[in-house]
Amino acid sequence: MKGFFPIFKREFRSYFDTPVAYVFIVIFLVLNGVFTFYVGGFYDRGLADLGPFFEFHPWLYMFLIPAISMRLWSEERKAGTIELMLTLPVSLGASVFGKFFAAWCFTVVALLGTVPIWLTVNYLGQPDNTVIAASYLGSILMAGGFLSIGSCVSALTKNQVIAFVTSFMICLVFNLSGFPMVLDVFASWAPQSIVDVIASFSFLTHFDSIQKGVIDLRDIIFFASLIIFWLYLNVIAIEVNKSN
Amino acid sequence: MAETLVEVIGLTKSFGSIKAVDNISLSVNRGEVLGFLGPNGAGKSTSMKMITGFLTPTSGTIKISGNDISVNPIEAKASIGYLPEGAPAYGEMTPLNFLSFVAEVRGIDNSARASRVDEIIDKIHLERVAHQPIDTLSKGFKRRVGIAQAILHDPEILILDEPTDGLDPNQKHEIRALIKEMAADKAILISTHILEEVESVCTKAIIISNGGVIFSGSPLELSSKSRYHNAITLVVSNKDVEKTTKILKELEEIMAIEHIAEAELTRVTLIPYSSEVEISSLVKARMADYECEILQLYIEQGRLDEVFRSLTNQQKSGEVIRS
Repeated sequence: MKGFFPIFKREFRSYFDTPVAYVFIVIFLVLNGVFTFYVGGFYDRGLADLGPFFEFHPWLYMFLIPAISMRLWSEERKAGTIELMLTLPVSLGASVFGKFFAAWCFTVVALLGTVPIWLTVNYLGQPDNTVIAASYLGSILMAGGFLSIGSCVSALTKNQVIAFVTSFMICLVFNLSGFPMVLDVFASWAPQSIVDVIASFSFLTHFDSIQKGVIDLRDIIFFASLIIFWLYLNVIAIEVNKSN
Repeated sequence: MAETLVEVIGLTKSFGSIKAVDNISLSVNRGEVLGFLGPNGAGKSTSMKMITGFLTPTSGTIKISGNDISVNPIEAKASIGYLPEGAPAYGEMTPLNFLSFVAEVRGIDNSARASRVDEIIDKIHLERVAHQPIDTLSKGFKRRVGIAQAILHDPEILILDEPTDGLDPNQKHEIRALIKEMAADKAILISTHILEEVESVCTKAIIISNGGVIFSGSPLELSSKSRYHNAITLVVSNKDVEKTTKILKELEEIMAIEHIAEAELTRVTLIPYSSEVEISSLVKARMADYECEILQLYIEQGRLDEVFRSLTNQQKSGEVIRS
């Protein structure tokens, strides 16, 4: 993985060299606040937990993560820097991982901005902090899953708007795949086993169990393999598409 | 025997049914500067993209310092410095940060990195803009950042896609001087449209057109293909033009006579039937016989732009010339 670290570092810094980081973090925190306090009824519940906070993460990530990932490769392609990067003595895998981890770390930084909510809930009552810690872990894993999708999609186009919209749609499908509106499409004709497989791809289901404080190895494996799968596709997408 | 650092055999690249590069072979030894010429869209950049390992060829082999780029891409890429077409760079970074990044990826270790980057900034004259985002720089500076990035790790192979494009004459001169300075211990491949560049820096030249090689040889051999090779140009005063033309037309060695009139003088260019024939003494004697004064006389080396045009246009009718 020679070259991974410098590529990671450059990419991570680039968020802060442009207004992207600041705009993103502010919007992320404001929306988190709105969802938690107004939509989720954080105070009205009278419970010392962060349920209403984490509950909206899949929906928030669905459109905020594509906003981070859309530039990952399409910008490189548009500016021609992809040619520079891929002629450096570094493997394509190292570049893909380096850029992905940079984006992932950036979302973790944004998520760290929500720690005051955690402190607040501790001030107001006695929440189960292990559940909250597990929820953070789940949220980070889920963000990684969404990011790997977005990274792969951005390698397919030079146009960031297309990358954004397409990633958004795929993320939406992954969110909804446990819902009747997606499952009903298959339930009428496909065998139950296929319907179950589709349902098992739902980010919501996997995130939900972690969010309840149950760190099941299967959920972790789900997100990890999902990330690896999409990054692998990402490498192939670059190989196939770089000449256009 | 000179060491061959770049060896390309039978390089071909097809995009769908279009053959962008068709069976190109070339080699560059240490100490050589190969000029890669051709009209726009001839396949120069595509070839360079394959040689540097960015694109995968449809067929053909590329050996870089002995490493086959499809087998050992990382080793091969490590010995190349590459300036891609248009000198792309990360616009939000400053030249200093950008060069440090490239140095780090290239494996220049921590202790040597800062001094190496400073040295290059100094050499390429980027001091003034070292702390300014690359996006805000002029075209000339961007190009220089691209060149700095390519020579940072002192590679034994340099591949420069139009290194002087968009530079002013002084900057062009500087970059050419730099290329010449580095030429002795490197193998350098440059693509260009500028034919004087070939004369001033290249030891070899290749012309490609429609994806294929149509000329390969030294710049001298290239200019000797010109109909102006060994032609002579006389400068005579305007009152003598008519007479000069008349008496020289009678010489059977001369194929054609061209005039360029200036205010008081006219340049009369005499093109011999064969560029092997030395006609200057003949012309001098004839002029003396008829008492026409020659203000100036010089022998033409050949005009590269004319050769370039005739070669690349001929190619359209399918003719291939090699020397």
